[in-house]
Amino acid sequence: MSQNKPDDRVQKPDDAGYWKATQKLTFTAVGIWAFFSFFIHFFAPALNGISIPILKFPLGYYMAAQGSLIVFVVLIFWFCNKQEQIDRDFGVDED
Amino acid sequence: MTTQATGGGDFVSNLGRIYKIYTLSFLGFVVVLGVLEQLGLPPAWIGYAFVALTIGVYAAIGIITRTAEVSEYYVAGRKVPAMYNGMATAADWMSAASFIGMAGSLYLLGYNGLAFILGWTGGFVLVATLIAPFLRKFGAYTIPDFFAFRYGGKFARGLAIMVLMSCSFTYVVAQIVGTGLIGARLLNMDYVVAVYVGLVGILACSMLGGMRAVTWTQVAQYIVLIIAYLIPVVILSAQKYGIPIPQLTYGDVLSQIAAKEALLRAAGDVVVPAVGYINPTFGNPALSGAALWVEYVNYFGLILCLMVGTASLPHVLMRFFTTPSVREARKSVGWSLLFIFILYFTAPAYAAFAKMEVYNNVVGQNLTALFTADNLSWIRSYGRVGLIQICGVDATTLEAVRTACARVMQHTGDVASFNPVIQLRHFGIQADAIVISTPEIAGLPYVIAGLVAAGGLAAALSTADGLLLAMANALSHDVYYKMIDQNASTEKRLVVARVLLIVVAIAAAYVASFRPADIVAMVAWAFSLAAAGFFPALILGVWWKKATTQGAIWGLLAGFGITLYYLAATRYFAPAFYETWKGLSIATTAQLQAYEAAKAAYAAAATPANWAVLDRTAQVVANWWGVRGISSGVFGLPLGFLVIIVVSKFTKEPSQEMQNFIDEIRRPRGGVVMQEKESGAISH
Repeated sequence: MSQNKPDDRVQKPDDAGYWKATQKLTFTAVGIWAFFSFFIHFFAPALNGISIPILKFPLGYYMAAQGSLIVFVVLIFWFCNKQEQIDRDFGVDED
Repeated sequence: MTTQATGGGDFVSNLGRIYKIYTLSFLGFVVVLGVLEQLGLPPAWIGYAFVALTIGVYAAIGIITRTAEVSEYYVAGRKVPAMYNGMATAADWMSAASFIGMAGSLYLLGYNGLAFILGWTGGFVLVATLIAPFLRKFGAYTIPDFFAFRYGGKFARGLAIMVLMSCSFTYVVAQIVGTGLIGARLLNMDYVVAVYVGLVGILACSMLGGMRAVTWTQVAQYIVLIIAYLIPVVILSAQKYGIPIPQLTYGDVLSQIAAKEALLRAAGDVVVPAVGYINPTFGNPALSGAALWVEYVNYFGLILCLMVGTASLPHVLMRFFTTPSVREARKSVGWSLLFIFILYFTAPAYAAFAKMEVYNNVVGQNLTALFTADNLSWIRSYGRVGLIQICGVDATTLEAVRTACARVMQHTGDVASFNPVIQLRHFGIQADAIVISTPEIAGLPYVIAGLVAAGGLAAALSTADGLLLAMANALSHDVYYKMIDQNASTEKRLVVARVLLIVVAIAAAYVASFRPADIVAMVAWAFSLAAAGFFPALILGVWWKKATTQGAIWGLLAGFGITLYYLAATRYFAPAFYETWKGLSIATTAQLQAYEAAKAAYAAAATPANWAVLDRTAQVVANWWGVRGISSGVFGLPLGFLVIIVVSKFTKEPSQEMQNFIDEIRRPRGGVVMQEKESGAISH
């Protein structure tokens, strides 16, 4: 199942490139995680002053009860797709 | 050999059909019981039918999926598709506390309770990005396997086993206590009998088929628990708001709660929490300085500890060893969180509806009405089992409550005709009552209460199974096979694994049969202990090639040690802890005065009663910077990272061979890194 890319390159630089791309993606994901786990909830008292139209949720409460959770779920699936793309680009995806 | 290789293949390729039929049969069973109830089947029978049928099905799955292969036993042959592993992980993760207790915590704590919702979901992002794919590629059977490999041998393995056991045993005891309480409260069984019924249920699932059997029963248990969790609150939402989507309709309820609280406050009643249901305590404008800091550090510290703890608990991480590939391991974390999310974003709706019910139909009623009104029958039902208190006593009989209220309200006239109006401050409800009582609040037939009991049981059993397997595998694979007898035959290893599973299960059930309140409180410890003990060494083991054996060992000991010290010392040796660390304590003047008074009283007369007061007041002031025990990972986690990094800098960096292995762990392509020598080994 060998592809062209890894074969006509030395293994080391390719590894480094792969790991760099993976790190970048991972740190982005962890950054988004930190934002929606902690940062946004510091402003909960102020956000509670805003009411979501129609549903009438106070926004601060909503973000901790649903909003952040939805972000987490979407974030993981987004991360998986991006990582699979990186795996394919560097020819280290599984058969 | 009773190998099930062919049966396993059929089973995996027909998963969709099998679980579809299973789900429809379960729903059909609920409908049939509902019809039988209308025809006069007594409630007790319905309860027993639920317990017998669901445990029977789990046991049947456990027996059908039995195995004699080591890799099937430990990692389900690494062929569980991502979505099903997600369901199994969700059931594994959601415990009796999530199912029964979480909505109640939200009811009692308001916004601050959302720390549990956030903390028990967000951790999966860390699992997906930082941990699961690499552990899957590594190809371990257990977490201690990874420690032994990465950090050179038996000592690291031993430490990992210690952390694993210390965060899993109390946790599994709490699950078995959960089955006992569900049996006692919902099905009127004897508590101890229910504990041993639970034990049988757990062993039937896990003993013959190990991970493989636990996986497929957990999927079945997830289906039961999610149906049971959703149905009552969906019906309640449809009844009250015309839309059967409670997750949307409770927004309006939150606004009404806030408005109602303003009215109650104006009328001089006491609203709990004082800052209001939808507001965080750190948003309380009356607080400043140290008092405000305490609220911040405990809310965000708890979220951090729960999240990192989630990403470190061995019984969760080991589920990601079972997928066919690294890609599927990542994806299955997403599925896990999606399935968990379905329950967790529903829990606040339960809490809000219950709050509204109390504000609208309980507060402001007179006492007699609470004991006679048809729509308040739930108060009697759950008062009887000690889940609801009025005027400080269990709402068992009108007379008992009347006497208590006369005392509390300092009524001087005739007690027999005393019929006070009940205010919010007189009405107490235990966290566990919220989910349990919702079917009756909604006026639903008993069959729905039976369904909720079956769901709670499924949540407790599935988590207990995962935990037991994690512990028994650590003992059989890591202690027996890797440390005692490396030449043990496959048959012998599986016999040892099963015997240890039974021993650990019986030990846990035996402890649970005493209803240990302390153990249940200790479950919260598991998150901080796992976070401080495992997380730094796991993360750096993959993400930092230069992390050395010495670094990891000292880091684990330091992080785990300081967390355990803080947890145990502030709870069991509070006076001594306070006297040692006076300068770091954050407490109010009133709390300090209470402690000093108790200390003086104990010095004057060393009686047990005085000691009890001293201990209680000391627990309030015994802290470092106001951090509560449940968030104690905030000390251990950074210390663990720091020690690993510093010690690694001063020790010889890992061999080139080890660094190459780490490179290999980071690359999805290729076979697993850790090769097993037995026939069940996986190869690509």
